[in-house]
Amino acid sequence: MGGRDATMVLLDENGIRCDGRKIDEPRRIMIKAGGLKNADGSAYIEFGNNKILVGVFGPRDVHPKHMSNTDTGILRVRYHMEPFSVDERKRPAPSRREIEISKVIKEALEPAVMLEKFPRTAVDVFIEVLQADGGTRCAALTAASVALADAGIPMRDMVAAIAAGKVADTIILDVNNEEDQAGQADMPVGYMPSLEKITLLQLDGVLTPEEYKKCVDVGVQGCKVVYELQKKALTDKYFGKGGD
Amino acid sequence: MTSVTVIDLLKKNQILELLEEGKRVDGRAFDEPREIKIEINAIPKANGSARVFLGDTDVLCGVKIQPDRPFPDMGDKGIFMCTAELLPFSHPTVETGPPRDDVIELARVVDRGIRESHMVDVSQLVIEKDKSVVGVFADIVVIDYDGNLFDACSYSATAALLASKTPKWTMVDDTVTLVEGEESQLPTTTIPVSVTMGKIGNHIIVDPNGDEWASMDARVTITSDSDGNICALQKGGSDGFTLEEMHQCGDIAVRVGAKIREIIKESQKGSQ
Repeated sequence: MGGRDATMVLLDENGIRCDGRKIDEPRRIMIKAGGLKNADGSAYIEFGNNKILVGVFGPRDVHPKHMSNTDTGILRVRYHMEPFSVDERKRPAPSRREIEISKVIKEALEPAVMLEKFPRTAVDVFIEVLQADGGTRCAALTAASVALADAGIPMRDMVAAIAAGKVADTIILDVNNEEDQAGQADMPVGYMPSLEKITLLQLDGVLTPEEYKKCVDVGVQGCKVVYELQKKALTDKYFGKGGD
Repeated sequence: MTSVTVIDLLKKNQILELLEEGKRVDGRAFDEPREIKIEINAIPKANGSARVFLGDTDVLCGVKIQPDRPFPDMGDKGIFMCTAELLPFSHPTVETGPPRDDVIELARVVDRGIRESHMVDVSQLVIEKDKSVVGVFADIVVIDYDGNLFDACSYSATAALLASKTPKWTMVDDTVTLVEGEESQLPTTTIPVSVTMGKIGNHIIVDPNGDEWASMDARVTITSDSDGNICALQKGGSDGFTLEEMHQCGDIAVRVGAKIREIIKESQKGSQ
């Protein structure tokens, strides 16, 4: 279980990766706006083999009350994985990893949401990972932006996210699970394309200063591709086919 | 669940008035469940999974099968466990944190229905007696709420277990080792089906929707197996049932359950 295949070729001589992609090619991405009946806004994303549902409530009353702020609304994010979402069953209670990712995603979304318009209220973002396959935080952040927009919450921009990384001494776009486990570096990037602001950036692994710059560049370019898919999901729901 | 939806008195009165005329708010017959849609193996990473739509109630069960230590007094049996959780986006009033009593009851009633029917043949899930057994975990999450989670969760767990394939393990030098490429259908003996009935005034209705659920005076969940025997029951709510009503509920549960069992069987076609 979870054993690594030491013989796996991450990048072959033709520049093709272990899942058949080119170095700058993202996995298949499908985003759907809406879908949940009880949530104020929602989105579903399939990002490679990741399957993630996001539901948004608010702006609404804050419980417990002491968390409310008289100057601004607050954003609360919960990222959670289902026990059956990974190879080995995960205990249902939130882990330290999930709590950290919740915080990182919250702070990536905050610059995008006009919380100051809703003092004393909360906007709650609930992220549920139904199936995980590397890069869940980027997929979750991408879907959360669409769900917030679907809830009609005023936003400055949407945050698009994708990971860049390094495998076999090459900078690649959209790190999958195998590449994350066996690769040299993984860098999730969250970016607001219209405002040109990076709102999420993490790095696991070793990069030279040049590689670091290239990695951020590749990530930001990837976010622009994801951004178009986010806009398409909302357009399909509100102005075209595919809505419910 | 019973207390989450704050429904005003008017709505309850309307539901009751309609029942007096022999009608339900959504036009169903009293003993008619909502449409059941079952999507098998939507989560390939699970050993088996099923997403069930019971009207607008939407739940997903994923089954994980992995080696585990047996319980001390049950060394010759594998482990079966079923959990249920309401995802926070399933309803505006659901809160994160430790589960409330109604969610604990939900998980236990669903677990009991399947456990007491002996659906999962745990005697076949032993790797080495007293040392290592196979654990089967059916984790259910509620995605959208519109009443009657008991049945939606129960059908999703049952359908996911039927669709589950179990890997094979053996003992090699005292360590549990996976036998590559040997997968088999999870051993099951029967198909338990729960039927939940609500009591509003003196009327018994099958599969209450969200509005009906919020208006109920009492409820009963009865699980029957493939032989038509009743194997688990849970009464809830703050009113009682007469003896005659209880007899009637038992008959309804077996009769309606048989139809639903066919829907669950049908969902498995093409997944084997």
